[in-house]
Amino acid sequence: MALLEIRELHKSFGDNQVLRGIQLDVPAGSVTVIVGPSGCGKTTLLRCVNGLEKPESGRVTIDSTSVDWVSKPSKQEIHELRAKTGFVFQAHHLFPHRTALENVIEGPIYGQGKSREWAVGYGMELLEQVGLADRAGAFPHELSGGQQQRVGIARALALQPKLLLFDEPTSALDPEIVGDVLQVMRNLARQGWTMVVVTHEIHFATQVANQAVFMDQGQIVEQGDPQQVLLNPKQPRTQEFLRRVLDPLADSDAPFVSPTETSAVDAPAPLISSGEGHGVGGHA
Amino acid sequence: MNHWQLAVDSFWPLVWASVAGTIPLTLLSFAFGLVLAVLVALARLSSLKPVALIGQFYVSVIRGTPLLVQLFIIFYALPFMGVLLDPYPSAVIAFSVNVGGYAGETIRGAILAVPKGQWEAAAAVTLDYWRTLRRVILPQAFRIAIPPLSNTFIGLVKDTSLASIVMVTELLRRSQIIATPTYDFLTMYTEAALIYWLICTVLSFAQKRVEVRLSKYVTV
Repeated sequence: MALLEIRELHKSFGDNQVLRGIQLDVPAGSVTVIVGPSGCGKTTLLRCVNGLEKPESGRVTIDSTSVDWVSKPSKQEIHELRAKTGFVFQAHHLFPHRTALENVIEGPIYGQGKSREWAVGYGMELLEQVGLADRAGAFPHELSGGQQQRVGIARALALQPKLLLFDEPTSALDPEIVGDVLQVMRNLARQGWTMVVVTHEIHFATQVANQAVFMDQGQIVEQGDPQQVLLNPKQPRTQEFLRRVLDPLADSDAPFVSPTETSAVDAPAPLISSGEGHGVGGHA
Repeated sequence: MNHWQLAVDSFWPLVWASVAGTIPLTLLSFAFGLVLAVLVALARLSSLKPVALIGQFYVSVIRGTPLLVQLFIIFYALPFMGVLLDPYPSAVIAFSVNVGGYAGETIRGAILAVPKGQWEAAAAVTLDYWRTLRRVILPQAFRIAIPPLSNTFIGLVKDTSLASIVMVTELLRRSQIIATPTYDFLTMYTEAALIYWLICTVLSFAQKRVEVRLSKYVTV
């Protein structure tokens, strides 16, 4: 049985139908990546899984805790579902007035009623795991973007969730520190965490994920083995999207070329075209 | 008696009137007022319509009537309703109620200025509504609110002079009492003004220090 089961999930913002009958199974111990164009509903789907967003209808089951959104679930039911998840935000959303360690132990102590002693011990262990044990006493503004995001991951892990949800965890980071965060995520996958990751990191997805889901216009268009979905997609919409992601400058009418067949960028292009407006003093 | 001698002789009585009257009146009213203000802000932000309307009505009445009138009503109307209070507690109540209205709007604005992601992060780590407020939102909201709340606080120091009208022996009332037999009101009121100014200047410095110390965690 799947650890996460999503059935017939519908969500609208006003007239805008963001999710239109999503069905998804995520087996325990597996990594699922969700990709798709912006506005396709992938982030909303992730937020519906832990009730940050309230779907109009559908059912979400995590580890036999089930919430049926048709029957107006109680706060307690949503709380129980949420307690099975750890959520990592795109913009980390660390508590700015608390240190790295305090951020990590906040949930266990004040959400779950664990003892401070236990929480601090486990919190330090987790900071160690994300390579930040020496920064436990630092405030978020004293940390780099990558470090902040790794604290965010430790904060999610501290809840001892069944399922980890990542909402574009590297999209807001400088390119050179994306690797640190992805490495932490890959280690989590190796340790057997069940993860759902909304991402544009196609390379990470093909290396780490067990399942890839391509969404467009509130629906799952294609899903399956990441190698197949992300490198040899069958659906034209998936092909179109991936061509744009892998080579943003490509002619949009060109046929899809798998990156396995040929490198997306074979000939180095000049960084700045010789066209008008780019010359020295162009702003004069 | 010359003006200078009067001023010197009355200096310590006026300082004492500040320490025993004006300052505790200000501190107590501000403390109670802030508690009220948080409740007013939460009421205004409540998704329950009647609760939000009560908050709105409260703010409207407090901001729409003079403080002196509020003070009179509490001082004269409460005994009429059978509630007998000394001038001092009446004044504390009146000023608290007043601060509650003004600071309530300040705190409401500050709560709204805390990024939405903070609510979501608190929800994601399974904090309930009250813990989210107490541990995540209000600490950040207060930091945002420090400059406007300091204004309210400094304003309150001066507003407490109104309590002299209902016979609370604070700084202004003391200077009046001292002035009456000498008829030298100008000297005494000037001296009182200087002491108010001194208190407010000290508070302004304190505000700057607090702001510098806390502003580094404010993300907005």
